[in-house]
Amino acid sequence: MTSPLDLRSQAETAASPLPALLAGAEHLATTVLLGDHGRRRAGMGDTFWQYRNAQTGDDLRSIDWRRSARADSNFVADKEWQIAQSVTLWVDQSASMAFGSDANLPSKSNRARTIALATAILLIRGGERVGLTGDQLPPRRGEAQISKLANVLSQDETTDYGTPDTTGMLPRSRALFVSDFMGHIDALETALLKAADLGVRGVMLQILDPQEETFPFNGRTIFQSMSGSLQHETLQAGELRNRYLERLAERKDRLTHLARTTGWQFHTHHTDTPATSALLWLYQALTRSI
Amino acid sequence: MWMIGPIGFSAPLLLLGLSVLPILWLLLRAVPPAPVKRRFPGVALLLGLTDAESQADKTPWWLLLLRLLAVAALILGFAGPVLNPTESKGGAGDLVIALDGSWAGAPSWRAQMDRVDTLLTEAAANDRRVAIINLSALPVGGLPFASPNEWQNKLANVQPQPWQPSADTSAWIATLSGRFETYWMSDGIDWDGRDALLAAFETHGAVRIFQSPRSTFGLRPARFEDGEIIVSAVRTPIGAAATVPVTAVGLDPSDVERQLQTIDLAFNAGEAVAETALVLPSELRNRVTRFEITGQRSAAAVSLTDDALKRREVALIAGSDNREGLNLLSPLHYLREALAPTADLIDGTLEDILLANPDVIVLADVAGVTSLENNGLIKWVNDGGLLLRFAGPQLATSDIGRASEDPLLPVRLRAGGRSVGGAMSWGEPKALAPFAEDSPFFGLPVPEDVTVTSQVMAQPDPTLASRVIAQLADGTPLVTRKSLGQGQVVLVHVTANAEWTTLPLSGLFVQMLERLAVSTRPALSDATILEGYTWLPRDMLDGFGDLQDASALAGVDGAVLAGGQAGPNLRPGLYAGPDQQIAINVIDQDTTLSVAAWPARIPVEGLGTAQETALKGWLLAGAMALLLIDILASLAIGGRLRGPQADAVALLLAAMLIAPDAQAQTNDKTAIAAAANVVLAHVLTGDKETDDIAAAGLLGISRTLFQRTSIEPAKPMSVDLETDELTFFPFLYWPITTDQPLPSAAAYSKLNRYLHTGGMILFDTRDADQASFGSGSPEGRKLQAIARGLDIPALEPIPSDHVLTRTFYLLQDFPGRYNSRDIWVEAAPFNAELAEGMPFRNLNDGVTPVVIGGNDWARAWAIDANGNRMFPVGRGTAGERQREFALRFGVNLIMYVLTGNYKSDQVHVPALLDRLGQ
Repeated sequence: MTSPLDLRSQAETAASPLPALLAGAEHLATTVLLGDHGRRRAGMGDTFWQYRNAQTGDDLRSIDWRRSARADSNFVADKEWQIAQSVTLWVDQSASMAFGSDANLPSKSNRARTIALATAILLIRGGERVGLTGDQLPPRRGEAQISKLANVLSQDETTDYGTPDTTGMLPRSRALFVSDFMGHIDALETALLKAADLGVRGVMLQILDPQEETFPFNGRTIFQSMSGSLQHETLQAGELRNRYLERLAERKDRLTHLARTTGWQFHTHHTDTPATSALLWLYQALTRSI
Repeated sequence: MWMIGPIGFSAPLLLLGLSVLPILWLLLRAVPPAPVKRRFPGVALLLGLTDAESQADKTPWWLLLLRLLAVAALILGFAGPVLNPTESKGGAGDLVIALDGSWAGAPSWRAQMDRVDTLLTEAAANDRRVAIINLSALPVGGLPFASPNEWQNKLANVQPQPWQPSADTSAWIATLSGRFETYWMSDGIDWDGRDALLAAFETHGAVRIFQSPRSTFGLRPARFEDGEIIVSAVRTPIGAAATVPVTAVGLDPSDVERQLQTIDLAFNAGEAVAETALVLPSELRNRVTRFEITGQRSAAAVSLTDDALKRREVALIAGSDNREGLNLLSPLHYLREALAPTADLIDGTLEDILLANPDVIVLADVAGVTSLENNGLIKWVNDGGLLLRFAGPQLATSDIGRASEDPLLPVRLRAGGRSVGGAMSWGEPKALAPFAEDSPFFGLPVPEDVTVTSQVMAQPDPTLASRVIAQLADGTPLVTRKSLGQGQVVLVHVTANAEWTTLPLSGLFVQMLERLAVSTRPALSDATILEGYTWLPRDMLDGFGDLQDASALAGVDGAVLAGGQAGPNLRPGLYAGPDQQIAINVIDQDTTLSVAAWPARIPVEGLGTAQETALKGWLLAGAMALLLIDILASLAIGGRLRGPQADAVALLLAAMLIAPDAQAQTNDKTAIAAAANVVLAHVLTGDKETDDIAAAGLLGISRTLFQRTSIEPAKPMSVDLETDELTFFPFLYWPITTDQPLPSAAAYSKLNRYLHTGGMILFDTRDADQASFGSGSPEGRKLQAIARGLDIPALEPIPSDHVLTRTFYLLQDFPGRYNSRDIWVEAAPFNAELAEGMPFRNLNDGVTPVVIGGNDWARAWAIDANGNRMFPVGRGTAGERQREFALRFGVNLIMYVLTGNYKSDQVHVPALLDRLGQ
């Protein structure tokens, strides 16, 4: 049984990364200017779109009398169609994401959460609805959603490699998958195909540590996965380098190919490069697809 | 002990362990290096990859060799190896260890003592009684036999003597009895009586000689010849050409002993004596206290100098005479003849001569001097000068010392003087009376033919009797003397030429001058001068040639001193007598040295012993080092030396290796940067904020100087008084904080040297807003504490005509952030006078080494990196004006530092007057 004191201290520990995560994400989000989120066509909305001649069926109330008084015919002021898009996030929380090769570099999960949350903040400020896959946090709008997101995002999972969860995705919504994509590619493929079936398009952001990209090891080594369930022993780590890099390239190729067939976009981000670059790319990729 | 060559093993069986090394080789080869465990998410991609080589990674052969070597070193180390294990000589019965114990043994004394110590250890092992005797200081009574252990404790008391063993030892030989073996430590120099002693020892038992061949040098006393100092030395054995450096050592003006000059004394091949001439300026020559052969630690390598080398500076001044060209009648002719060989003569006007500060001034028939000269003379005599006056017609006719005693005459004079035995007078010329016992001339023979025909007469006076040091046969004073301050005034009541007396024609004249210490003693051989006094030893030489204080030793009779041979009764050293010093040296002018030769029947051994060295420690340390290398190498092979953490370690290692060098380079760079430009500097107080502000302030004033004047300072520097060199900086800004530490003694001496050699320090207590100078503010008290160790002259508040007021700008105020008028500088000389028609006094000498104030100038000057002012000064326009004046003060100050009193020169007065609107 957990005593209230223990519970309290655990809660404090769990909550402690939240403000930092929020602050980091907010900080990151301010670097991107909010863009125009209109649908570029007439519809329900607040902002003015165009004047057009009144047609049969137009409500009398919708006639802009000031404009009509300057001409002989009646005009209606159309508003730009503004509709909120739902964006579903999947951020890999698995143990492999906790890897950081250097104390000076953030771990992959840290970077993934920051970028995902920053994207969420941007999207929510732009009026979109953001949620998580699964039934834990369905897409909502509003600032309160941000702290809820942060809360859920700061939970770690113990499994070695994460697989995307496609439940809770709305048809024709948008999605963002952030992971290292080191786990089983088949599970990912299934998830993506299912999403494509639902008409969901989106973005895959692969986050890698520089060590995973360069494999700077030598000598007799036992490689273990983060939870220790997988392990591989080699006598000549240096000899493996080229073959590992080949496999990594192959994995990226596969992902790119998958993305192309399902209409998604794919990008690789390294934790030793600034998060802003990844965020900018994400922002553009998402605005293109929204 | 089991021996291989010079190495013995105390536990040789352990060496069998070496045979397991090949097995170890095989074992180590079979075991691959341990794997590293790494967390790596990419392992998913690695699964299924197999190693190209199926065989395990082998330990490389060099690493194996390294490990085997380490193990071999361990085995060898524990086997107890010893280099040069000693073997005992054996022997039985009593043992006498005789040491020559003279100065010649001093250079190898340590080796001799080590050898004696080894011999004692052996004797202890063989249970022998031992007596150690120093032949230069023979023990009274029989041989002092004792146990070797006891002697080992007393061994430090056995010291070499600064003389050779006595030639006549027959009395001591007679006290020897019994059978004993003799070990004789010879110094390698022959001396009289050695053969007799050897024969005596041989009658009592076997004799064994220990003697190492080495060259011995002896420095002969330096002598003065024709303006040069002749330095000579003897040597033995006479071999190939050799050069020995000889150093002249003496006190510098601040009484610190220094090497004044070094010359090389070159021995030609096959010659025993080397000689060279040394020319020194008389000022330097008079400072020489001893010559020594550099690198030779023995009493013979030191030659003390005495008055024989010193040349007094004597100024000769004659009364104005119009008898040009009559040399023999010149009042100074005989003095010149008597003094020229032994003293440096100075001619010139009295005023110039006083500046040269001679030892003696001779006034021959000078009646009156100007009051200025009179004052100067009195001051000079008070400071220890000897004023020697001769009478003459002019003195006789003048009226000085008539009514009252003249300070520069020992007695009052009666008008006119007297003549005896002349054509117009009765009586015979008067002869001299023998010198009284308390006279400095006591003991000098009075020649019959010295007569006096005229003289000036002393007024009878209560003090007269005590002041007469020589008189005529009829009791009238001939020479009178009085002391004045530290010096003395002597009047000879006759002329210095042969006009009134025949005294200057006699040898007595020269001797009297010597006794008065006007001239210096030409040679020691003149026993008549030495006798009659007890000479007090001042500094004594010990066997090693070091000077020891001798105040506890008894005085020596002059007659013994005249003998001149150093020995137990006349220790070599410096003896002080009346107004003179005499040096007794180990080697005199005609000492020769020769090598001690021993008969063929006597075994002669060297002093050197092969030192027993245990190698165990070295081998074990070597094994540890090898194992450490092995650790690094294993890490490198296992890939653990790479990766993020290892980078840090490697960086740290590299930094540790490079750091000292980098430090030295930085120092050099700083020095070059500081010396290449004008660089202002501030003293680091330890308070970061104050230091930063001081640096910013100096940056600000440097920039102002750059913009407004031709001074183009480089970036200011910070100076740590303890570690940095101050020489490069013309100016130091020193903000005072309450908690800064006082400089160390070394830093103080550095600072004082800096102040003496033209540096300037601006002390800033930064508290002028709340305290005035000298008041008890905390900073003020700190400044007082700091300045206590500094050599700061008398100060005064800055006068309105100080040069600082006009070195660049015309200023009357010196504000900083505060505007206080309390600025203190070195006080002007008291005799500075207002020049005619000038607004300034004549202040042409001295640049103040310190400026002290509390106006917090650094804050007023300070600019940040962008050139903006860091601190506000005052309010509004008035404040800006105050800042402008603060900057102007800075400009003036640095100008003052760099140009000194240039602007005080009267040349600038018209321009300054013009600018002042007068």
